[in-house]
Amino acid sequence: MALSLGSSSSLSLASPFSALPGQAAKPPSISSSAAGKIFLNTKSIEKKHLRQFQKATKVLSYYGLTSPPYKLDALEPYISRRTLELHWGSIHRGYVDSLNKQLAKSTLYGCTMEELIKTTFNNGNPLPEYNNAAEIWNHDFFWESMQPNGGKLPWGGLLQQIEKDFGSFSNFRDEFVQTAITFFGSGWVWLVLKTNEKKLSIVKTSNAVCPLVWGDIPIINLDMWEHSYYLDYKDDISKYVNNFMDHLISWHSATGRIVRAEAFVNLGEPKIPVA
Amino acid sequence: MQHQVTSFASYGAFRTSTPPPPISPFSGAWRNKTRGIKTETGGTRLPRHAAIVAQLELKPLPYSLDCLEPHMTRQTLELHWGGHHRAHVVRLNNLIAGTDLDGKGLEDILLATYNKGNPLPAFVHAAQVWNHDFFWQSIKPNGGGHPSGKLMELIERDFGSFDTMLENFKQAAVTQFGSGWAWLAYKANKLDVGNAVNPCPSEKDNRLVVLKSPNAINPLIWNYAPLLAVDVWEHAYYLDYENRRADFVSVFVEKLVSWEVVSHRLRIAMEQAAERARKETREDDDEEATRSDAVEMYLDNESDDSETE
Repeated sequence: MALSLGSSSSLSLASPFSALPGQAAKPPSISSSAAGKIFLNTKSIEKKHLRQFQKATKVLSYYGLTSPPYKLDALEPYISRRTLELHWGSIHRGYVDSLNKQLAKSTLYGCTMEELIKTTFNNGNPLPEYNNAAEIWNHDFFWESMQPNGGKLPWGGLLQQIEKDFGSFSNFRDEFVQTAITFFGSGWVWLVLKTNEKKLSIVKTSNAVCPLVWGDIPIINLDMWEHSYYLDYKDDISKYVNNFMDHLISWHSATGRIVRAEAFVNLGEPKIPVA
Repeated sequence: MQHQVTSFASYGAFRTSTPPPPISPFSGAWRNKTRGIKTETGGTRLPRHAAIVAQLELKPLPYSLDCLEPHMTRQTLELHWGGHHRAHVVRLNNLIAGTDLDGKGLEDILLATYNKGNPLPAFVHAAQVWNHDFFWQSIKPNGGGHPSGKLMELIERDFGSFDTMLENFKQAAVTQFGSGWAWLAYKANKLDVGNAVNPCPSEKDNRLVVLKSPNAINPLIWNYAPLLAVDVWEHAYYLDYENRRADFVSVFVEKLVSWEVVSHRLRIAMEQAAERARKETREDDDEEATRSDAVEMYLDNESDDSETE
């Protein structure tokens, strides 16, 4: 689920499960004895993984590449398989590999991805690890912001919040599309929940900047780097954004994210009981 | 960049990449468009709504669209020059029409809209138009090879060897995060302080440097003289090389660069730097001369100490 994006990408060094690159942590297997007691075979599993680890390369992997929650051709014809193969398989993976190489020589390991991003952003003087870490997080977020047969309208609380903060859904859609069309350079367009103003807002960031660094909570993002649309749309950004809004955007993920965000930001009116 | 005085605004932007058929003065189309409206007295006047505007044009490429195959395909050039570059020209014209920047040269517009670090909206378009012009002229079919003469001499002086310079250039291009440009520029070492004057200017103070810049930034704003540029915006190479920017830059330096153009630019840059240095020392000398005129000599000798007894 989108909620645990941060932790799913970060695998701490403590457990040997996380030592092998690209592998998600597996729970220890449970075997039940004849008498109905359940044993956890953790010891044998740990030993097996440790042995595998020792045979594998000496490179420690701090963060893994998570795959999109759909096959690479699932977003056709709006985003082609080749684009995803390059975008996820080469570019996103490249960021993961670069970050792991950098962390091998730095003391910044052990954080969740979100903590790493905030730390390395360093209030606007980013450390070298920032670009890699933030781009990994942004791309993870982007894959989960899309789904096959997406688009259409949000519903329920999210739709109400959009209507409250933008006037209507079509206002929001127009503003999002306009922001993307007038985008210059490389970067991202976001629908964020601003924690201070307690409202949804559309922001654009350049290169790898992520609204997490300002304490805002992202709900949806759109990759405006040219590599994400050039093969499919060439320079027709308007078609790319409109297809994203109409056919790809995952309001399921967005709903999950705003539900989680409400634990941190009070969006409702306080109900004052009348005596 | 050439200025074209035209009497109708729509002539600036074409939707297709091939130029429209020339309109000869003797064809009906020309007569209808430029001869204007017939007045009651039998004369003609230009239609009132068509203001005469000086507009910047999209300069044609110095080679045809398929001449750079297979290193840069026709499709890339059609999109890059015909789409992106053209769009910047059109938007720039729209933004400066009617303002006091209208009619100025492209470099003047660039420096004015940069506004010393607080760029106006027209800056990105002016800069990208300039950058792309510069880029197209830096390459040619069957380019590559080695430079010679003064350029090679300076490269070896400032970088050690030609290969080192190319390595630095490729590194800058590959490490430019996001969109941008990598440059080889001629830098006249001069502090940007009002009264900084080099008392003994010599050519040794100037050097070749490799640098990278983001998005639309251009070394003219730092008073450098650019000699060579490579566009590392993804639109420049994504169709031909996908995400392999390093391969694109390698092919650029090995098969596309026109070192003659770079040498020519260096010659001009060195002349300009020398001229500027001469002007500064002359100004400095002038200043001293005027200062000595202004100083009054105190010639009172009534209390000459040597004559006291």
